[in-house]
Amino acid sequence: MSDIADRVKKIVVEHLGVEEDKVTESASFIDDLGADSLDTVELVMAFEEEFGIEIPDDAAENIQTFGDAVKFINEAS
Amino acid sequence: MFDLTGKNALVTGASGGIGGAIAKALHGAGATVGLSGTRVEPLEALAAELGERAHVLPCNLSDGDAVDALPKQAIEAMGGLDILVNNAGITRDQIFMRMSDEEWQQVLDVNLTSTMRLCRGVMRPMMKARWGRIINISSIVGTTGNPGQVNYAASKAGMVGMTKSIAYEVASRGITANAVAPGFIATAMTEKLNDDQKAAINGKIPAARMGTPEEIAAAVLYLASPEAGYVTGSTLHVNGGMAMI
Repeated sequence: MSDIADRVKKIVVEHLGVEEDKVTESASFIDDLGADSLDTVELVMAFEEEFGIEIPDDAAENIQTFGDAVKFINEAS
Repeated sequence: MFDLTGKNALVTGASGGIGGAIAKALHGAGATVGLSGTRVEPLEALAAELGERAHVLPCNLSDGDAVDALPKQAIEAMGGLDILVNNAGITRDQIFMRMSDEEWQQVLDVNLTSTMRLCRGVMRPMMKARWGRIINISSIVGTTGNPGQVNYAASKAGMVGMTKSIAYEVASRGITANAVAPGFIATAMTEKLNDDQKAAINGKIPAARMGTPEEIAAAVLYLASPEAGYVTGSTLHVNGGMAMI
């Protein structure tokens, strides 16, 4: 697993308090990992801070799974 | 109790009687204050009076871009933003039949839309800090209505609904949002009334007098304090018993 994916996973595990093995490529933050809509906003804020990038609102709306997040950040950083 | 040492507070309409008293109360409890308003002179006079921990942040609240920029300016000046007091407001009184679109829009823009923009602008820093206090200064007329103030009453009632909805969304993040609804408060505006007018007003108030800006400031100070952490989505009416709601 790439360094980016590891860092994203660490943020998700810490923020949502879920087991690491639940955070799979297709795991949806809301449907599978128990996030509410405010959690997803906070996750995006945490990604922005960790990777020094800016994630616009329309892009943030499309980040629904762990895989989406890793893909976006890979492309942005 | 009510120690705000280390907290940073932005107060709009700080050049007015109530806003100035709010800024003084928060400052007196140890907060750093950002004084916002359109008139720079009274803001600077207040900052000079307060001394340290006071920053002047002029802003025209009818200019949406300027309003959006204000939270960032406040954070740059103070180093953070923990308490937001939306106190600024205008009136354009007119009997409803004659009320123009402009009179309606100006009041809604300054009183309601700018409050929304500032609340939105402080969400991110407050969410990150897991602590925040939003206090919106509404009015008794937002609940009771008032002839000649269709626009003002609508804006002040709108603030209450907005405050409650924000309170719902962010309560789990340590952020509270409350409103304070003053009744008749003695300010420069009410000083213009003659004795008969004053007597007529006082006759409707069980406390038989107008309130003081300091009495509004005390309510704001309470809601801004760590002790009020379990109070959210509420409207604190400070009106001498004029409307018991």
